[in-house]
Amino acid sequence: MGDKTLTRMDLSEAVFREVGLSRNESADLVEAVLQHMSDALVDGEQVKISSFGTFSVREKAARVGRNPKTGEEVPIQPRRVLTFRPSHLMKDRVAAGNKG
Amino acid sequence: MIRSELIQKIADENPHLYQRDVERIVNTIFEEITNAMARGDRVELRGFGAFSVKKRDARTGRNPRTGEAVEVEEKHVPFFKTGKLLRDRLNGHTD
Repeated sequence: MGDKTLTRMDLSEAVFREVGLSRNESADLVEAVLQHMSDALVDGEQVKISSFGTFSVREKAARVGRNPKTGEEVPIQPRRVLTFRPSHLMKDRVAAGNKG
Repeated sequence: MIRSELIQKIADENPHLYQRDVERIVNTIFEEITNAMARGDRVELRGFGAFSVKKRDARTGRNPRTGEAVEVEEKHVPFFKTGKLLRDRLNGHTD
């Protein structure tokens, strides 16, 4: 099993190899993709990328939490959280690639 | 927003690029992330989030219809953790 961590740079490099734009422009395009996805999610939209997965925003109600160290009760404000549901294709590829 | 709408937004912002190249660019990004996870690698996109692979141990499951016990093998599943900046933006903090 791999233990590398890829970053934006690796994605830009892949775009650069695939399309033959400059490295700078490739990096800008990776950034633009992430920016558009983030903006849509912040607007409360779902982002559904076929054969990759779906990002959705869920509303969490306020609740009383507890500081695990002191046991003290702390109010947790209502908040929005992002969830990612991988597509079947991604699940299958990740399961197959990491088998054994 | 679906994949084709994302492609259209990028195409609109980059009139000098062919539509089919924009498609290849967007597809390459998602393909690269999936390939990395299939190798067991992580993809960390600061501000947005991180994709990683989690191991699920083998367990004895149950067929929900028949109640019969079934052995479920160890497997690896994709996992996404939201980045701090995006988490903050979702909750109205602009910085």
